[in-house]
Parts: sequence; structure tokens; C-alpha cells
Amino acid sequence: MLKVENLVVRYGMIEAIKGISFEVRDGEIVTLIGANGAGKTTTMHAVSGLIKPVSGTILLNDTDLTRIPNHRIVSLGLAQVPEGRRVFAQQTVAENLTLGAYARKDRSSVQADMDYVYELFPRLKERQTQLAGTLSGGEQQMLAMGRALMARPSIMLLDEPSMGLSPLLVSEIFSIIEEINRKGTTVLLVEQNAKRALAIADRAYVLETGNITLEGTGEELSRDERVQKAYLGG
Amino acid sequence: MAFLSYLINGLSLGSVYAIIALGYTMVYGIAKMLNFAHGDIMMVGAYVAFFALNTYGLPVIVSVLLSMLACTVLGVVVERLAYKPLRNASSLSVLITAIGVSYFLQNGAQLLWSSSTKVFPSVVPSGSVQLFGGQLSISYLTIVTILICILVMVCLTLFINRTRTGKAMRACSEDKGAAVLMGINVNQIISITFAIGSGIAAIAAVLLCSTYPSLSPTLGSMPGIKAFTAAVFGGIGSIPGAFLGGLLLGVIEILSKAYISTQLSDAIVFAVLIIVLLIRPTGLLGKKISEKV
Repeated sequence: MLKVENLVVRYGMIEAIKGISFEVRDGEIVTLIGANGAGKTTTMHAVSGLIKPVSGTILLNDTDLTRIPNHRIVSLGLAQVPEGRRVFAQQTVAENLTLGAYARKDRSSVQADMDYVYELFPRLKERQTQLAGTLSGGEQQMLAMGRALMARPSIMLLDEPSMGLSPLLVSEIFSIIEEINRKGTTVLLVEQNAKRALAIADRAYVLETGNITLEGTGEELSRDERVQKAYLGG
Repeated sequence: MAFLSYLINGLSLGSVYAIIALGYTMVYGIAKMLNFAHGDIMMVGAYVAFFALNTYGLPVIVSVLLSMLACTVLGVVVERLAYKPLRNASSLSVLITAIGVSYFLQNGAQLLWSSSTKVFPSVVPSGSVQLFGGQLSISYLTIVTILICILVMVCLTLFINRTRTGKAMRACSEDKGAAVLMGINVNQIISITFAIGSGIAAIAAVLLCSTYPSLSPTLGSMPGIKAFTAAVFGGIGSIPGAFLGGLLLGVIEILSKAYISTQLSDAIVFAVLIIVLLIRPTGLLGKKISEKV
């Protein structure tokens, strides 16, 4: 589904991503784990077109995403839940969700999808008319996920969905990610919470200062000594 | 009764400022830049309306529409040619470019239409409404100006809040990156913003020149600066702010002319601006700049 090859991203003189390759297959949950500054968010931004890579290809099915205008990526079926949620604070919950469906052509089924999002996140339904900026962190995370779902993506990118949330909420968010995946959406997950991410991932990659240093199934990596030492506190 | 008359005249002048200020504030809200050529785009609109009315004898409504069309196209072209290449440049480069565009338009107008002053025909029949047994007289032009300003404001608010494009504009003004993730074409939204802001500036041009009929290539600069002041006064980036700022500025200007001094009126206007900004740095209705958590 998504195939990244030899991706290089630079900020000015600094090479943040040094030619990485990875793949997400249909129906999988794949996670990229790594420390702060390893290049996880940069990779996500390159895939969703917020940063132009220096070289490399990002193939979504057969389309090279580096060669099309960035606003067209979502209509090809790739939606991102960005780091820090980035909900539209001055707009209501319902307006945020409507914006999630902005690029869709089948307007008639938007309402049905909104009902599905409200079913998945009942708390958003209660707060439909509230401004997104007044929601709690967890609710904003739910809104950002709901907003991405409104695009009816075939693959969803989640960047640090657990950041700043209480353990209880983290569990809730992770079980919803699994639920979304069960319903047929492929997931690429970037997390600092490696333990949780590896637990739900089919496959995982370890990113260290712009390079992929390890890869394997979620289970393999959570048993790997180096991973345990560096990311699992053991 | 004299006070009421001054107040209404102030509201009328303020309406013109408000319409120009809407263009400033919309462009700032979305492109995060100050388009100092905005007043000069308005000036071109005034000339187009003048030639349509005077030289070709077209009906008022056709002339106004032509003028709006010309300003819309000019606004989009200026953005495409002068500002778009600087999208990732420092804001100082964009500011200098905007001032450059302003001079370019003024000098272009001088070259094309000469610097000699032309007399603009009023688009509203002369005459006035008499109230309180003739003690208060309000000209038709004043009434039309205020009504049109309210109409523009209502249409714009409905557009921004109700339409798909309007919602996309609000999304862009909050977070362009997140807007891209929604599939919003940010460049297209910026173009539309310039188109709308410039188009309504043509309406302001016709109303302004009907009140002050002398037409010259520099006619846009002072109202442009006043409208910019109005936008900052009300809180730049805020549409109701531009409306309120424009009206207040017009009223303050006319009242100071009437009661204090004609020469000092501009100084008083700017003094009030400074005081407001000292007390509320983001303007009357400006959003508080909140820290990201």
C-alpha cells in the first residue's frame, strides 16, 4: 500500500532523514519507534506532503506522492493525525469533522461517517457545538482522529497519539486504533511509547538519527535486547 | 442636532474605511502579510469606474461591476506575480515588495492616466432626507454608503461562516499545515482571499470618490493607510474588528474635524490608535495570542 524508498529530507544543511526505506502493507499496523529527534515526525510530514523531500520516492499504491501537489494526497486515501493534534481551535467539533471530509467527492455519505465517528467517540457527540479549542487534550486527540476518519482513508498516519495523555486515555486511544484497523484501515503509527506501539503492531521499524536500524514484527522487536534497553526501559 | 449630523457623516466615512479594512484584514488573516498595495488597487478601481461612467457612459451598476472585476483580477495577478514567489521568504521581504507594488501601481496610473486631477461623477443622485422638521439633513449618498457597508459585511460574514470555501479560509487562517492535511489547496484559498478583498475595495473606491470627487493616482494612499489603521484598531485578522475599527475611525475623524481642529484630525486619529494599542495590543476585537501548550 505505502512504500517509501531512499527517502532523504533536509532542513537547511542538516540531513534529518538519511535515505530510509520502509513499507506498510494492506491491512497492517506498522509502527516507527525512536527517540526524540530521530526523525519520526519528519518522516510523517514527508509522507503527507508537509515537507518536500530532497530525494526518494513515496509510493501510495502506484502514485508517487512526492510528485503531486500536497493537498491532493488526502483524496488518494491517506489521512494524517498530526503530532500535537492541530485541531482548528476556533471552529466547533462538528465543523472540524466536516473539514475532515473537505476533499471527498461523495458528499452524500458524509453524514453517515460523522455518525460513525460519534459512535466511536461518544464524547465528541456530546460536544458537537463546542469550539475545539475548549476540549481537553484527550478529546482533541479523539477529534483529530475523527477528523482524519472523515476523509475515509485507506491508510491513516498517526503521529504520537498518546502524547500528554493519562494512562487510561492512552489505553482508550490504542484500542480505538486497533478498532479502526479491524474495520479495514491500514495504520502507520509513530510513537515514543514504544511498549504500547509494539504491542499492537504487526511490524515495526526503529528509527535512530535519520536511519532505520532495526526492523521486524512487533513481537520480535519487543523481545529484542537492544530495543528493550533503549526504548522499553529494561 | 449638529452632533447627530457629524456622527452620521462619520459613520459614512467610516463605512468606506471599513470596506477597505476588510480587504486588509482578510489578507492578513490568511496570508499573514500586510498588502500595502491594497489602497492602490482601490485607486485603479476608481479609475475604471470613472472611465466606465464618464467616457463610455455606462450605467452605474455596470460600471461598479466592471470596476469590481478589474480590481479582482488585479488583486489576483499582484498576488500571483509579486507575493506568491515569496511565500517562504521573510515577512520583511514581503512587506518591501508590497510597498514596491504600491509605488508601481501609482506610477503606472500616472503614466496611463496622467497626474492631472479628474472629477468623479457621483453615483448616487444628489438630494437628502430631511428629519426633525429640516433640522437634520442626511444626503442620499451618506445613507447609501452606510447601507452598502452593512450589506458587504453581512454577505462576507455569511460567506465565511456558511460556505465550504469560507470554512476552508478559516481553517487556513488558523493552521495552514493542518488545512493541507484536510485537502485544502492553500494557494487557491489565498488567491480567493485576494480576489474578494480587492473586489470589495472597488465598491469602497466608488463610494469614496462619490463623496470626495477628485480622482488622482495617489488617491488610494491616505484611505489605504487609514483603513490599515482601522484594521489594526479593530484587531487585524478579525472581520468584525475591521468593521468596528473602520466605523470608529470615521466617527473620530469627523468629530475631531468638527470640534477640535481640521488640521489635527489625522493626528488625533492616530493618537487614539496608539492609546488603544497600549491598552489592548491586539486591537479591540483581536484574538489573544495564546501560547501553545
